Amino acid sequence: MRDLTQARRGPLLKPGALVKTLPPATRFILRGGPAVRAAAEQALALEVPASPCRAALDGERAALWLGPDEWLLLASEGSAASRAPALSAALQALPHSLVDISHRQIALAVEGPAAETLLAAGCPLDLDARAFPIGMCTRTVLGKAEIVLWRTGTEAFRIEVWRSFAGYLCAFLAEAAHGIG
Amino acid sequence: MLLIQCPYCGERPEPEFVYGGQAHIARPQPSAELSDQEWTNFLYRRNNTRGAHAERWRHTHGCGRFFNALRDTTTDHFLATYKLSEPPPRPPAESAE
Repeated sequence: MRDLTQARRGPLLKPGALVKTLPPATRFILRGGPAVRAAAEQALALEVPASPCRAALDGERAALWLGPDEWLLLASEGSAASRAPALSAALQALPHSLVDISHRQIALAVEGPAAETLLAAGCPLDLDARAFPIGMCTRTVLGKAEIVLWRTGTEAFRIEVWRSFAGYLCAFLAEAAHGIG
Repeated sequence: MLLIQCPYCGERPEPEFVYGGQAHIARPQPSAELSDQEWTNFLYRRNNTRGAHAERWRHTHGCGRFFNALRDTTTDHFLATYKLSEPPPRPPAESAE
């Protein structure tokens, strides 16, 4: 996969900001109404957030609110594979959509005191901790690419980006990092 | 930056949104009996309002949902945004066919 060459070149390290690719993960997009959300919560034993732009984290697993009827389910690779059939079975009677998108996107971590500044180079959102607190997640744009941005810590963000945009995004962040180095 | 109030996500920057044309256009019924002129009006003819305009927007790079907005076309000021299922906050001026 040529488009990932740059993303795999190794972490981008600048004083104040570290960008690294995260290990592969299992990802599902779940779509459905309130009944689907409740059933998924029960089947996964994991909170599936009902409030907008919030993520629920439980160890290696997470559920991210993307829209009023759309969630991104994340888990470290392998650990969640066994849960997918259980979830699928629990939702069988309800109108829903559950799609495995594990290989559609990759994850980047942006960490360090300058993480906010680095992302602000291409993201139009207010990333201050008061406006974008820990646990907030949303689909947005970074440069010309669409991403899912999730604040995992005071100085830590997780970016989910489509694989084909990863090379561009890493180049964009490397360019933006010149300004803060 | 222009901020738009998404009914689902709250106040968000304009680059995340896409304009979706005039709102509240209902398909005339029974559609099998429409004249060519009625079809033309439904498909192509739109208002070119000066002032408050009810229009569809989509929070494409956000929650992905369509919603309606009441926007002043002369000032680009958003008077209100509301969900598709909701009636406009006040009758949009000059939108009657």
